[in-house]
Amino acid sequence: MFEVLIDYWPKLLDGMSMTLKLTFISVVIAGLLSLPLAILRRSKNKAFQWPIRLFVSFFRGTPLLAQLFLIYYGSGQFREELTDLGVWWFFRDPFYCALFTFALNSTAYQLEILRGGLQAVPYGEIEAGVALGMKRTLLYRTIILPHTYRIALPALGNEIILMLKGSAIASVITLMDVMGHTRRVFSQTFDISVYFWAAIIYLMITTLFVFAWRLLEKRLTRHMYYPVNNKHLPAPKALNPPKETCHVN
Amino acid sequence: MSTSLQSEPALHVEELHKSFGDIKVLKGVSLTAKKHDVISIIGSSGSGKSTFLRCMNLLEFPNAGRIRVHGEQLELSQGVEQGNSKNLQSQIERIRSRLGMVFQSFNLWSHMSVLENVMLGPCTVLKRNRDSVEIQAKALLSRVGMLEKSHMYPDHLSGGQKQRVAIARALAMEPDVMLFDEPTSALDPELVNEVLLVIRELAEEGRTMIMVTHEMRFARDVSSHVIFLHQGKIEEQGPPEQLFNAPKSEHLQRFLSTQY
Repeated sequence: MFEVLIDYWPKLLDGMSMTLKLTFISVVIAGLLSLPLAILRRSKNKAFQWPIRLFVSFFRGTPLLAQLFLIYYGSGQFREELTDLGVWWFFRDPFYCALFTFALNSTAYQLEILRGGLQAVPYGEIEAGVALGMKRTLLYRTIILPHTYRIALPALGNEIILMLKGSAIASVITLMDVMGHTRRVFSQTFDISVYFWAAIIYLMITTLFVFAWRLLEKRLTRHMYYPVNNKHLPAPKALNPPKETCHVN
Repeated sequence: MSTSLQSEPALHVEELHKSFGDIKVLKGVSLTAKKHDVISIIGSSGSGKSTFLRCMNLLEFPNAGRIRVHGEQLELSQGVEQGNSKNLQSQIERIRSRLGMVFQSFNLWSHMSVLENVMLGPCTVLKRNRDSVEIQAKALLSRVGMLEKSHMYPDHLSGGQKQRVAIARALAMEPDVMLFDEPTSALDPELVNEVLLVIRELAEEGRTMIMVTHEMRFARDVSSHVIFLHQGKIEEQGPPEQLFNAPKSEHLQRFLSTQY
């Protein structure tokens, strides 16, 4: 069981870096795209609303594998057109295709998560800002978005984990991520335990991620915790609240 | 400029009309608040008093009427909708920043500390220097008796404490007029007094204030002028002694008899 690990660990490590690169880049691109789209999705203007709804229902309603095939193999059908457009270099590369698919897929999910978060911002707090004469951008920056991301954070973490594991299907379009290397090692050694090590790698990544995400959550929800010994804390510094906290219970 | 502003009323509202769908909530209500006036708006629920107050700083957009604050006139009519033009929007934002609003449900920003709550408006909307805002914010917090809680978050305060912070937050904008929308209605009975005390002090120091309230005794003590709203119209108004001791209209008589 350990022989395969000893012999092939550099391969698995190599796959791990590919998996992390794929997941990280696509999740970040999706994170940047999803916020403006979520805000547009909530606008009353139907011309913004409908294309976004269509986009979301397509990417949430079809399997990721089908989307990946559609883009990777489908683009080959339009090779000439894509060459004319000067984007064939992008679609001929399996890495870019996977990145493109994953980013769009994750955008659809993150967009819906953020839409829910935007909807759940306490209306009275927005109104308090409006009553002070705040402009829209200022309202978003200081009140709406901090609440939105606090509300959306657990669901976003979940989506990122799903994306990480979903990225394993990139191996079917020849990408050598954890799964890709694992499949190759198995076909060379017929040692089934390599799949066990692959599972361990995924588990390790998600565990570390969950831990980091929890720290972030704690930071964003610090106003829900009760300061310890508040009498002995140093004089308050604006926008830099005390770090020492414990749960209310 | 200063002489013309001094003679001018702090807030002048004329012939406000507002309907929600088919329901006419305000049917032409006017009000003039001179400097140092304390005006109480009373009336049974559904009489439109909260809507009236919210129309003054355009949290509700009136269907028709005129609003004048700080020498700035805003003409409202059916066609003019919120945010239609950039000019109108920034004029509305200017007017709002001149009127300090205190809400029934406090509406403190829960992700900011007490001090940050008070500082945000002056720092961002008025773009004032942080250090001077902090000094002023702490002074205001100590006035409402909340300085030692300035690093706490709103979730850890009682209702009365939250409302006192909300008052400090509104004061930090140095508004021309303070608007109170039933500031004690969401409070436990034993917490009402600490808030009323703060409001009373503000009245005594000569601030211009307009408040919607159910605290009749308080309105009678503090106000210089009382307005009784009934079904979207001003049914009766005048000095508090006159309204509370010798109400003329039948509706006001009936309303007052249910209050004590």
